[in-house]
Amino acid sequence: MPFNLSKDEILETVRMVQAENLDIRTITMGINILDCRGTSGEATGRKIFDKIAKQARDLVRVGETIEKEYGIPIINKRVSVTPIAMVADGLSTADMITVAHYLDRAADEVGVNFLGGFSALVHKGYTRGDKALIESIPDSLALTERVCSSVNLATTKAGINMDAVYDMGLIIKKTAALTADRDGLGCAKLVVFSNAAEDNPFMAGAFHGPGEPECTLNIGISGPGVVANIVKSNPGADLGELAYIIKNTAFKITRTGELVGRTASKRLGVPFGIIDLSLAPTPAIGDSVADILEAMGLQMVGAHGSTAALAMLNDAIKKGGAMASSYVGGLSGAFIPVSEDAGMINAVNQGALTLEKLEAMTCVCSVGLDMIAIPGDTPAEIISGIIADEAAIGMINRKTTAVRLIPAPGKREGDWVEFGGLLGRAPVMKVNLQSPANFINRKGRIPAPIHSLNN
Amino acid sequence: MEEGTRVIITVLGYDRIGIIYNISKILAETSVNILDINQTILQGFFTMVMVVDMAKATVDVAELRRLLAEKGREMEMEITTQHEDIFNFMHRI
Repeated sequence: MPFNLSKDEILETVRMVQAENLDIRTITMGINILDCRGTSGEATGRKIFDKIAKQARDLVRVGETIEKEYGIPIINKRVSVTPIAMVADGLSTADMITVAHYLDRAADEVGVNFLGGFSALVHKGYTRGDKALIESIPDSLALTERVCSSVNLATTKAGINMDAVYDMGLIIKKTAALTADRDGLGCAKLVVFSNAAEDNPFMAGAFHGPGEPECTLNIGISGPGVVANIVKSNPGADLGELAYIIKNTAFKITRTGELVGRTASKRLGVPFGIIDLSLAPTPAIGDSVADILEAMGLQMVGAHGSTAALAMLNDAIKKGGAMASSYVGGLSGAFIPVSEDAGMINAVNQGALTLEKLEAMTCVCSVGLDMIAIPGDTPAEIISGIIADEAAIGMINRKTTAVRLIPAPGKREGDWVEFGGLLGRAPVMKVNLQSPANFINRKGRIPAPIHSLNN
Repeated sequence: MEEGTRVIITVLGYDRIGIIYNISKILAETSVNILDINQTILQGFFTMVMVVDMAKATVDVAELRRLLAEKGREMEMEITTQHEDIFNFMHRI
């Protein structure tokens, strides 16, 4: 094949990586551990540890080699496993905590910073294993460093499990209390879903769904900085033109993910799963989804118009990305986490962005109310109310939504929580204190919605 | 998907004497063959894109990248070394 690239094209790629923070956010290896059930928490934990240590042995090394050869940073290498509530069904809450310890050790053994799948799928109701796992979440997250937990409590087909919504309000509070010395860090590793994606590579919500193969590789791309710069350099474009430009850029970003995914899959001998077309921000300056929305013309994210801008951005990313990859899946939408996005933090700090506006924005994007710090004394039923609202948005709109709230112990509105690293820092946001207690305390199931009379 | 042996090196920075000499010296020492050089200077700013073949190289891409980056720091230039596929994948279907 003759060499047919222009110098401008080469320098464009170099600029994206060097100056605009283009990177691969994560390579996540999904591993089936349904065959690791033992007679006790210890026995199950040991089998799981052995399997992860064997399957993911080369993940970090191969990831780092690809990084050097292609000159594209791969920020995270991670592992997701089959929901533990399924694997360890029948074991006690104490056994579940033992399994969490083994997962933590396995993550350490293979050198990944987070391991997802300490999860339960309870959208229709609890099994005994689900119940035991959920009860163990506060202790498990407080006692481990790398384990991430998720609970799926609603789907479009099943409705919303309001028993679980009620319980998760309490579990989140307890998780925060047990990690009070670290601003409630445990809650940053716990996400509640509606319509959870089985092949999501992003933490804290990654798990290896029951429909997945033995082992698979899922890729999470990034690149808010690249999109922000292209939007900034086209101030005169109308929104149709802008959508087209973003689409072209998303194509290029996604192609790097496709290349990394295919190469890693070949070298590890593991089938390539999907690329998640999400623009994942980081606290680094210039790596912000809020910056893109502001470059589109909003004075500050949270202004009226933010939902429309985000809807267009999200759709353009998906259109460009879908063309660039053979398999698309996961969450696939722009993320709007507060603590992980410098522009979002700034908007909250200036009073421009409220919890209510964020909720509206989650109607058109993945992945819900993410990494939002709220006052530590927020009652559990209000947290359940926030979860119920977000689950309803997901259920009715046939999309994934999530809630990852941190009721930071001892903190009040306007205070700050600090997690450091990729998890960042966040201002504690105002919460509407009108009580939904009587509604939440009813429990039960909200029936699945009808979808033919759709207005 | 076949992985080729071609690598693209870019060099950016203020112009000075000996840039190409220093880089091609490293390439010769590691048996890396230069296939193409495109170099311009605009207002004292030096830009070079080099296509090289590593089929007979005595080092791997990661090591070449390290050697060139080290030389880049010495000359105060930004030098990147990346496998060709990343450019092909991004700009060609």
